[in-house]
Amino acid sequence: MSASPPSLAEMVRAAREAGDMNRFIEAIPYARFLGISASAEGGVLTARLASSDKIIGNPALPAIHGGVVGAFLETTAILQLLWTLDSVRIPKTITITIDYLRSAGAHETFARAEVTKLGSRVANVRAYAWQADIAKPVSSANANFLITPANEEPNG
Amino acid sequence: MPASKRPPIAEELIRQYVGIIPHVAELGMETMHAARGMAIMKLPYQGRLVGNPENGVIHGGAVTTLIDTVCGLAVITAPDEPSRVATLDLRIDYLRPATPLRDLYARAEVYKLTRHVAFLRAEAYEDDPRDLVAAATGTFMFVRRNAARKGLAKP
Repeated sequence: MSASPPSLAEMVRAAREAGDMNRFIEAIPYARFLGISASAEGGVLTARLASSDKIIGNPALPAIHGGVVGAFLETTAILQLLWTLDSVRIPKTITITIDYLRSAGAHETFARAEVTKLGSRVANVRAYAWQADIAKPVSSANANFLITPANEEPNG
Repeated sequence: MPASKRPPIAEELIRQYVGIIPHVAELGMETMHAARGMAIMKLPYQGRLVGNPENGVIHGGAVTTLIDTVCGLAVITAPDEPSRVATLDLRIDYLRPATPLRDLYARAEVYKLTRHVAFLRAEAYEDDPRDLVAAATGTFMFVRRNAARKGLAKP
């Protein structure tokens, strides 16, 4: 009997039970490609974007590509929602607004997110990213996600 | 100044744009069209951009990256004197999931240009430019003070 690969929903459940979102991140090709990982020290989810040449947007500064910073913030917001919600469905981004506050240098970058409003269908999330100094964010984002209430999921 | 009288530096910038941005070169993006304050670029479909392995749909962040990049090209070709630019903000509306296995295109246009700021609209789509995957607005700053020193405006 060959076991089918675990579904994303099963991976979300496993990540929650283990308290380790990396179990879910590792299933997402784009997150692996960018070099995203997560830790949950003290119950606070912190995402990390590894420094690499392939994510550079401006080689003269050098600085990380703005699109990658936006992608990192969006991913952090989704991870925070999966960490917070009961649902195992992946939230769908409706809109995201990214503010670029400082140039993101070629260093490792961190991000955290906060669910500011959780409705029955829509969640609003704020995320921010920093490098050496958490008090000097390089970028912040505000995003709205379409979510599925846990009681409406096909498998509970 | 009519497009035909533009300084050759702008043509050179358009030609070099993809190659001088490591992340853009890594993703194999291509410039399909560029004119003053307007650009169209392509992001080839690739498995490593997938956000949901169950359906093969690419991650929203990859769409963001394409839109930020095409906006950047539209911005640097907009003013008479090319200068360094920085994204100030970007708002993206995801209208529908991108279709798996299809290449993605994005078109950006500067609809208002001031001395310090460029205001843009951008759209992402696959085969049909009216069937949008995402719609975006963005603002970019010109960093003229450093233009001569930082490289992009080199003759």
